[in-house]
Amino acid sequence: MLRLLSFSLFLATWWIAALFVGGAKLPSPPAVLSVIIAEASSGALFLHLGATLARVALAFVLAMSLGSAIGYLMGRVKLADRLGDPWLILLLNLPALVVIVLAYIWAGLTEAAAIAAIAINKLPTAIVTLREGTRALDRSLDEMATVFAMPRWRAFRHVVLPQLAPYIAASARSGLSLVWKIVLVAELLGRPNGVGFEIGVAFQLFDTPRLLAYSLTFAAVVLVIETALVQPFEARATRWRPRAA
Amino acid sequence: MRLEVEITGKTFKNAAGGTQDVLAPIKFSLGGGEVGVLIGPSGCGKSTMLRIILGLDPDFQGTVARPPNARIGMVFQEPRLLPWRSVEQNVRLAAPAVSDAKLSELFKILELEAHRSHYPGELSLGLARRVALARAFAVEPDILVLDEPLASLDDALAGRLRDEIATLVASRPVMTLLVTHSLDDAVRLGDRLFFLSPRPARIVAEVPIGIPRDTRGEAEIAAIKASLAQRTQGDRAERDVS
Repeated sequence: MLRLLSFSLFLATWWIAALFVGGAKLPSPPAVLSVIIAEASSGALFLHLGATLARVALAFVLAMSLGSAIGYLMGRVKLADRLGDPWLILLLNLPALVVIVLAYIWAGLTEAAAIAAIAINKLPTAIVTLREGTRALDRSLDEMATVFAMPRWRAFRHVVLPQLAPYIAASARSGLSLVWKIVLVAELLGRPNGVGFEIGVAFQLFDTPRLLAYSLTFAAVVLVIETALVQPFEARATRWRPRAA
Repeated sequence: MRLEVEITGKTFKNAAGGTQDVLAPIKFSLGGGEVGVLIGPSGCGKSTMLRIILGLDPDFQGTVARPPNARIGMVFQEPRLLPWRSVEQNVRLAAPAVSDAKLSELFKILELEAHRSHYPGELSLGLARRVALARAFAVEPDILVLDEPLASLDDALAGRLRDEIATLVASRPVMTLLVTHSLDDAVRLGDRLFFLSPRPARIVAEVPIGIPRDTRGEAEIAAIKASLAQRTQGDRAERDVS
């Protein structure tokens, strides 16, 4: 209910602002809606959204799994931490644009280059978060698992993984938002489809309704994925914690 | 089957770069069905010794010979349960081979039946300690190590849990090592008592208790305690003189 109220407040503000500024710069909600409907009925909207979502999914899964593995290793093994740390700092501070442009130059304007570039941008934050999580692991529970001779996999699954779950959830949450932002830049610079490409076209034509139509649909999809996938995962990972008052 | 402990020394490096002796030479052994009790002042190195005996700390001088493939059941000072797993899962994860009947029996003895599906965060410390006991017994250990399992519990509950430990220890031939501050616990549960000195710990006295555990009545226990008190006071007097 509260969410609905907050959303209608946003719509109202937008509408009033549109009346003041004028349709060319800020089209009113119905104008944008009609563009969304037109794009949806032609199928273009779904094509571009689908392409973007596929890239997000691939890059996200790639970066999360690789980043979690490297982060865990760096948290556990001191040598790996020493060796990896300078690379990590470099990657963390490398602008997304540099990575994307270099990837396109070295690997051509290909799908693989785009996905790799997006994944590389997300990778270091996943590593840092998981490394912190691994460092915070409770040694006393490790000892318990050792004393009771738990096999490695069982200990990892029941002792280690639940301790890492909040870090994985945090890394997924922040990582997903990062990927959403970067995927559009990668598409704008070197892909013939996707929401980023469409926004690039709209920018060149100064077509604000089209620009808003694509970005808002995109935002809606992000919102749905966040509430339908990320939040339930977080709730499940932390269900054993006593509830906050 | 025996547990042979022969530690010749253990030193820690402190932050200043110096070394600190934690354990002096210590030698003892335990046979099946025997309960050894380690009694000593706080911070004398008991926990360090336990970690060495359990194989958690390979950095020491000497040898610890555990029977090959000995299953270890451990009750840590703090319960060390997995907060994200239910009581039953906590026990089953440590003891995957435990049968349903055995588990029910354990939960019944320790009065945990009502808490099977609770999470450790929902339990009181006394209950959590009982879960830790259930976990240690469920693995049907060859070596059972109890590190102050009754500390910080009220007398009535501690007494009941102590009786439960005695019942469980009697039910199978297991080498038990109990660490405690309480002379009462030591006399009621132990077969042999090892008194430890302050750091670096060494065994100052080894006292066997001749009367079998189940025939020890209140009168016998009081007598043993009295004679032990005399002894320790005698030691103290000696030290004061010297």
